[in-house]
Amino acid sequence: MAKKISILIVDDEQSVRDSLYNWFIEDGYDVECAENATKALSLLESSNFDIILADIKMPGMDGLEMLRRIKSLKKDSVIIMMTAFATVDTAVQALKDGAFDYVTKPFDPDDLSHLIRNAAKQIMLSEENEILREKVISLENVEDLIGKSEGMQRVLREIESVSQSNASVIITGESGTGKELVARAIHANSPRKYFPMVSVHCGALSESLLESELFGHEKGAFTGAVYNRKGRFEMADNGTIFLDEIATISTKMQVELLRVLETKSFVRVGGHKEISSDFRVICATNRDLKAMVDKGLFREDLFYRLNVVNIFVPPLRERLDDIPLLVDYFIKKYCHSMNRPMMTIDASALKRLEEFPFPGNIRELENMIERAIVVGNGKKISLKDLPLAKEKKLPTFESLDDLEKNHIQQILDKYSWNVTASAKALKVDRVTLYNKIRKYDLKAPK
Amino acid sequence: MVGKPENITLISFGYFEKEILEMIVQDIEQEFQLPVKIREGHLDLSEFFDVNRKQYDGNRLLGEIEARYSSDNHKTLGLFSVDLFIPILTYIFGQAFLNGRSGIASIHRLKNERYGIRGDKTVLIDRFRKEAIHELGHMFGLIHCTNPVCVMRSSTYVEDIDQKNHIFCPSCRSKLLVPDPDKR
Repeated sequence: MAKKISILIVDDEQSVRDSLYNWFIEDGYDVECAENATKALSLLESSNFDIILADIKMPGMDGLEMLRRIKSLKKDSVIIMMTAFATVDTAVQALKDGAFDYVTKPFDPDDLSHLIRNAAKQIMLSEENEILREKVISLENVEDLIGKSEGMQRVLREIESVSQSNASVIITGESGTGKELVARAIHANSPRKYFPMVSVHCGALSESLLESELFGHEKGAFTGAVYNRKGRFEMADNGTIFLDEIATISTKMQVELLRVLETKSFVRVGGHKEISSDFRVICATNRDLKAMVDKGLFREDLFYRLNVVNIFVPPLRERLDDIPLLVDYFIKKYCHSMNRPMMTIDASALKRLEEFPFPGNIRELENMIERAIVVGNGKKISLKDLPLAKEKKLPTFESLDDLEKNHIQQILDKYSWNVTASAKALKVDRVTLYNKIRKYDLKAPK
Repeated sequence: MVGKPENITLISFGYFEKEILEMIVQDIEQEFQLPVKIREGHLDLSEFFDVNRKQYDGNRLLGEIEARYSSDNHKTLGLFSVDLFIPILTYIFGQAFLNGRSGIASIHRLKNERYGIRGDKTVLIDRFRKEAIHELGHMFGLIHCTNPVCVMRSSTYVEDIDQKNHIFCPSCRSKLLVPDPDKR
């Protein structure tokens, strides 16, 4: 879709402004005029222009000073300087200060057309580059989403059904299960796929940083805000915004977020202008948001606004069938990226992986395989290449009693059923330990 | 949508061969499906002459046409044989108020002789009708077209004018809301 280029003409001569205005209007551009630098800067505060065509010699603030000021506000502005009194010094100075080009008035109609076409091309290319960069990031990992287990097949079906809609989605699941991949898969299969998917890791940012990150800021809004900066909502225009660890945001941010989701508009930190953006929101959390709502830790209205669709990504221990597939996939992925010959995995190592509980889920499995390829012999991954070699399969206990029983049994075994030594290690008296042995019906090995 | 005027008026300033004017009138009538009137205008062009640039001020001439000759009932195109400029550009072939009542076009830079080539009346008429229809297109609300052969394609050299047709592409015609003359 072709974007309409907007042009701001800054010149103190009415006839020049009118001539350029008519010329550009006939070319189909959006055009506005300012008779001096002050008016231009004021227009730039409330509107964005793709190209600024400015005279150098103007009463009051001259064009070069205006160029520096605009560049300090918006460093990627495309500014073309015009002059009737060309000197090498001013041309060099203008280009040093970041002007896109420098032209001498009057110019040939063809030169003017070329100049604007080149500037428009530059703008289109840099915007396209930004969109493609986001798209590559969003697509490069989607294929990691693999699995034949029932749990994973359900997730894939849900992704397919939700992709075509604009509904908000909350993805839940333990850390490392691939929630962001699910979000990227939804985006990559949606009509918004040609626009960016912008990710924000809410848990990694303080409240004020998150606010600036999401809404953007104006120059001088706070210490360190040396440029105007687009927020993530603005960057996600026509695309998708992915808010990871949504449960960690403060009550104040919950209110702000709710307002933005309802109006799809916001104001940059330190700014006044209302900015609109058309984005789809996908959130992820490893916490029980409903329980947080019940405890008053998360706003109910925001929860319902976000939770139009819920996708639960199962932990790896509930999809053991997928481990061989994932191992095979990660071996191929890392052998390829490290430029190594394809490796295989020893049957005993694979069996051990299938028994491992993987508290860190797929992320942990992926890291293990990557490490094994680095440290291995280059042909076959064996048990010794895996960091789980010395670890035992963690027992899973449902109750505290089971946990206590198992622990006491281990300590008694460790101290060869010496009750005094075991009680000392457990920091209980001997009577208590005898009571526990009776309660759990523990027996010394014969 | 562009409102339809009663007619198009061409006002010639300075000497024009009758044959040239008659030819372009036919083509304009054909393209816009409106009656075209032609008459002579009388302006002291020396008032619009810029001694530094040795050209005639296109902005002021357009303003004069708008003030003295235009009306809401018709579109008025001033035809000149002098070299036109606007302050920011070294020359113009013509200009018009977008979706407005007035425009101007000059034959001066359309002549082969200006470029050291032998004169060719057929080529000159072809260029002039394209320029006139182009400026009238702006007055009917059309902006420049990217279709390389559409008459609304922007032309900065005579060679560009020679590359395009003297008629509107289907897209521009649909915006103009004038029936296709070939399908009447």
